[in-house]
Amino acid sequence: MPEELLLDVRHLRTEFSQGKKSSVVAVNDVTFQIRKGEILGLVGESGCGKSVTALSIMQLLKDTPGKITNGEVYLEGKNLLECSKEEMRKIRGENVAMIFQEPMSSLNPAMRIDAQLVEAIRLHTGKTRREAEEHALKMLGLVGIPDPARVSRNYPHQLSGGMSQRVMIAMAMSCDPHLLIADEPTTALDVTIQAQILDLMRKIQREIHTGILLITHDLGVVAEMCSRVIVMYAGRIVEEAPVELLFSSPMHPYTKGLIASVPKLGSGVKSLPSIPGSVPDLSMMPPGCKFAPRCRYAQERCRKEEPPLLELAGGRKCRCVLAEDDKEATAQ
Amino acid sequence: MNPLVQVKNVSKTFPAGQKLFGEKSVVHAVNRISFEIMPGETFSIVGESGCGKSTTARLVNHLLTPDSGEIWFDGKEISSMSENEMRPLRKDMQMIFQDPNGSLNPRMRVEDSVAEPLLVHTGLSAGERLKRARELLEIVGLSAKHARRYPHEFSGGQRQRIGIARALTVRPKLIIADEPVSSLDVSIQAQVLNLMQRLQDEFQLTYLFISHDLSVVEMISDRIAVMYLGCIVETAPKAELYGNPRHPYTKALLSAVPVPDPEAKKERVILQGDIPSAIHLPEGCLFHTRCPLCTDVCRRQHPEPRDLGNGHIVACHHI
Amino acid sequence: MPERNETARAPEHEAEGPVVQAQSKKKAFFKKFLQRKTAVASAVFLLLLLIVAVVGPGMAPYDPAAPDYENLLTGPSAAHLLGTDEYGRDVLSRLMAGTQLTLGVSLSSVIIGAAIGTVLGVLAGYYGGILETLVMRGSDVLFAFPDILLAIAIVAMIGPGIINVVIAVAVFTIPSFARIMRSATLSVKESLYVEVARSIGCKNGRILSRYVFPGTVQSMIVNFTMRVGTAILAAASLSFLGFGANVSEPDWGAMLTSGRNYIGVASHLVYFPGLLIFLTVLAFNLLGDGLRDTLDPKIK
Repeated sequence: MPEELLLDVRHLRTEFSQGKKSSVVAVNDVTFQIRKGEILGLVGESGCGKSVTALSIMQLLKDTPGKITNGEVYLEGKNLLECSKEEMRKIRGENVAMIFQEPMSSLNPAMRIDAQLVEAIRLHTGKTRREAEEHALKMLGLVGIPDPARVSRNYPHQLSGGMSQRVMIAMAMSCDPHLLIADEPTTALDVTIQAQILDLMRKIQREIHTGILLITHDLGVVAEMCSRVIVMYAGRIVEEAPVELLFSSPMHPYTKGLIASVPKLGSGVKSLPSIPGSVPDLSMMPPGCKFAPRCRYAQERCRKEEPPLLELAGGRKCRCVLAEDDKEATAQ
Repeated sequence: MNPLVQVKNVSKTFPAGQKLFGEKSVVHAVNRISFEIMPGETFSIVGESGCGKSTTARLVNHLLTPDSGEIWFDGKEISSMSENEMRPLRKDMQMIFQDPNGSLNPRMRVEDSVAEPLLVHTGLSAGERLKRARELLEIVGLSAKHARRYPHEFSGGQRQRIGIARALTVRPKLIIADEPVSSLDVSIQAQVLNLMQRLQDEFQLTYLFISHDLSVVEMISDRIAVMYLGCIVETAPKAELYGNPRHPYTKALLSAVPVPDPEAKKERVILQGDIPSAIHLPEGCLFHTRCPLCTDVCRRQHPEPRDLGNGHIVACHHI
Repeated sequence: MPERNETARAPEHEAEGPVVQAQSKKKAFFKKFLQRKTAVASAVFLLLLLIVAVVGPGMAPYDPAAPDYENLLTGPSAAHLLGTDEYGRDVLSRLMAGTQLTLGVSLSSVIIGAAIGTVLGVLAGYYGGILETLVMRGSDVLFAFPDILLAIAIVAMIGPGIINVVIAVAVFTIPSFARIMRSATLSVKESLYVEVARSIGCKNGRILSRYVFPGTVQSMIVNFTMRVGTAILAAASLSFLGFGANVSEPDWGAMLTSGRNYIGVASHLVYFPGLLIFLTVLAFNLLGDGLRDTLDPKIK
């Protein structure tokens, strides 16, 4: 239903120029939606385009050689790609906020935490300094920082990784955005701290009904947090499914291989099947299906023609010829 | 059978900067740890950042010397040896590092990097060394055709294999692997882990495997030690540790690991607070500040490791 | 298409060959360097100077020592492109002949200074301790003197002459290399691959030569080009002050000295040598800048 639709990405295409003549397609025809209060997982390995997708949505490609060359990104009905810089700046923080992998490098090392928070709040709301300071302390308490008044007087480098990430989340949530984009938010954290942060994010989703786009390479995090999952490979979506179905019956050979190659706690296996070969260089892609060189089910036609993303039953999508066998397959 | 490696009550501190008029502060990286590694087994040390596991690896490899305690390798006590005395022993003990990009000399061809241990420890001619290096590249799954290239021309997973090849050239008895797969993509991790297991069978290797990833460690280890703030809190054979963890930290650690199975119901033990600083260690049991079972005795007294039988050793007052 | 590896040991045909197109490092270097116009222009200019220096007076239109009493102190003309001096000698020819002397003096002094300074700096950085303290304090002492004063002091002690000028300039070049190479060594020393070399069991000598030093060469090259410019100025100044070459030798600095007397009537005797010194030093500096930028992986 369109009213509940928080984020609607359609046929997004982002290219990075390599010198004057050639460019590399980092995000190729990516389409997905996020509803209010939903956590959508975006999964893939390095180079698959998941981070670039997030940056494209946030329109943060200015300092990179990347450019959005096609598609639309509707946030609560408004096409972000048509917004002016001013409008976009307002939207970032108020409607959508992003947290990054390295909290240390996302915070200004020369400003105290309280100053940064207050600045962010005042930028996006009409609050006075006093109101903003109160709100900042409230946010810090919300994200579980003990003794916020004291902690907020610190500089970022004085905080631990877990605390800095909490501050990041506080900053991101301080203007009540409806959508939170989290790019590998816990990858740099220890596993016990990761558990705390993931818990916090679930709390935010439950209590404030924030929609979350959770980008990660960690399938365990995906299984725990997300209700739906998108798998990306070489800049394309290769599979989309509700999380239970993704893990119980993955359809795309890459997804199957990925799930099989991850060691699972308590499974007792001694060795893992692995996907041969390595992720291709985006500038040297073979024609046809991009996963074919590594795929054990690859047929002749896989090497010739790239399969379209097929829409299947149960809210699933799969970009593979093997999915054509599914009865209700209709080309998207 | 005698243990290949024995670490007895080893401690290590590092200077941590100095207040102008205060005393020098030290980082207590490793605090009186003891363990043994038997030949042919894979012994893992697992823990979060700052727990001292990498420092332990470097102590065993004699890249650092302990402040106190003994380290025995192959029947010889190495902690007080000079570099010259240690050098011949290095032939039997090689190390694989976490960062595949940084661990290869960017200005040396790959075959020269792989052949380096042969240059140091054997009298083989240059031709023979390169031949052996190329053989090993093939063994680890790379093509010898590319032996003359430079490291920057390979991917992360391939560079890690090159590091493994280099470690194998002198047929060591022990390989110390410091987070060997942590910086690799998930699908490449599986490849490298499979390779390491295959090589262990073929070359009769003993592994000291350092990692923060409990799932990886479960897969390849025979015995595991869990470290926290420089102490070993629990040591046990794999089945015991994962099936019957006794220390509260181990339990919390295991429950915190996200499992790639949405159906799995988890009993979550979520620890409060952050890991304390290693400069100002807590009194008593180092874990007491975050422990759900903390009582008075925990705040005052450091628990000694207790053997529960079956090779299961725990340091906790509440067993 | 990536190559498949066929080997009995790795049954999964995993890990094909190199993933990156093998672009030779040299090619990449030149491509990047050629984008820097000022550096390229400087390189071309210096190359020309080098050719002149090597070919020597043979290329000059006139014999640089040959006087021409009919044509004293004439300005630039068709016959004498840059004029003549107080003995009627052709200025252009003298400048060309002087190139060999000037470049020779400055290059050799910087080479000597670089060699000694590099050895001291690398060893100080690698071994630390007393050696490092000695080398660094020594450098501090030398650095405390302005270059020229130091050079003058040395020449005053050991006497004038070309060789002594080389020695003096070499001496004050040493501390800058010692410092730079020490800090370059300190940072390379902390690299993981150096630790790896130690863990393999390499001896210090091997670690220094194969692992540490190659990582510092970059710093040395850039500093080298910068210091040549300084050396030229220093040698010219010393000559100007009368400490250097014999005034009748066609040394650029010496030409400035004698030209000074005639600045009212024949200013070209001052301008042309001065301009040449200026351009050469500028070229070396720009070349050094360009090299440093090219070698820096963070600058595109």
